[in-house]
Amino acid sequence: MAEQTEIRTSPRAAAPPPPPAKPDSAVVRDALGVGVAVGLSGFAFGVTSAGAGLGLLQTCALSLLVFTGASQFALVGALAAGGNPFTAAAGAFFLGARNAFYGLRLSAVLGYRARIRPLAAHWIIDETSAVALAQPDRRTARLGFTVTGLTLYTLWNLTTLIGALGAGALGDTDAWGLDAAAPAVFVALLAPMLKDGVERAAAGLAVVLVLVTLPLLPTGVPVLVSALAAPAVLLVQGRRERAAGSGAVRAAAAPSARPEGTAELRDATGEDRA
Amino acid sequence: MTVWIAIAVTAAGCYLVKYLGLSAPAGVLERPLVKRLAALLPVALLAALTAQQTFGDGPHLVLDAKAAGVAAAALALALRAPFLLVIGVAVAVTAGVRALGM
Repeated sequence: MAEQTEIRTSPRAAAPPPPPAKPDSAVVRDALGVGVAVGLSGFAFGVTSAGAGLGLLQTCALSLLVFTGASQFALVGALAAGGNPFTAAAGAFFLGARNAFYGLRLSAVLGYRARIRPLAAHWIIDETSAVALAQPDRRTARLGFTVTGLTLYTLWNLTTLIGALGAGALGDTDAWGLDAAAPAVFVALLAPMLKDGVERAAAGLAVVLVLVTLPLLPTGVPVLVSALAAPAVLLVQGRRERAAGSGAVRAAAAPSARPEGTAELRDATGEDRA
Repeated sequence: MTVWIAIAVTAAGCYLVKYLGLSAPAGVLERPLVKRLAALLPVALLAALTAQQTFGDGPHLVLDAKAAGVAAAALALALRAPFLLVIGVAVAVTAGVRALGM
């Protein structure tokens, strides 16, 4: 309605055709699907945290105040392994640092005012970002973000409490397969993002980087290292575009491709087929 | 007490990065490179998190029932299963494989 749907002032802003409309009901359905599914997995966190020796209050405080699943799991894991509080917090923080990039991306998409931002910031996580970024315009992005955030925050905290209370009754939670819930959630969020060769190359390279560095670097750091896949792939792609554009001058200036280049090249050829 | 310190530091740090990202000046986002990077970083991070949580056990790499569960989830996704079902399949297959003692 009175929302400013166009805040950019770049010269080409006038040109793009309006994105296809998406009914609100479809947005709400998607948002609820993600919010409920992931919100329920707070149960796994509650059980894990209680199993790691944290008290009920401590477990619930993590879900209420940290509210970024991977960081929470990393923190209780590190504390259970006997890590000192600052090392444990550093690992959790490294994992949570990715939310800054989601926020960076979302600030333009959601366009919230300064007064709303401190509240909205708390809900910026993988899932709310994925839902919001999948929407065609600002209004539906806000709707998706709000419904996902509200559902997920409520359920995540509720099921954390239930999980922490019921941890003793469940026994070995791994036997119930609950540790597979988190990676399955990440796969489901990632799949729709793999639209073309550049994205697939970044994902592939990130997987290689994290698996290679996992045994070598402290908790939380490998995931951050794997983030380098994004600039690396963009660098290779930019080089190829320049080489294609300005001929041999640029290609001669660029030495042989770096090791990461191979995954990118392989994926790019896959894209040509698709 | 040390646990509470860890919780407080983590909560403050995690909130701060969220807020800083959301409040970055609009000018930063105008640059095409930043836009492309911001779009690609979540892809890289989600892929890495998936791999870490599937094959990582602390600092060790493992191939256990979880991998079967996540593979089943990917298959369910390819068959266009709804979100909750995808997670359910992963949990059920992982539990099933463990029950079989593999």
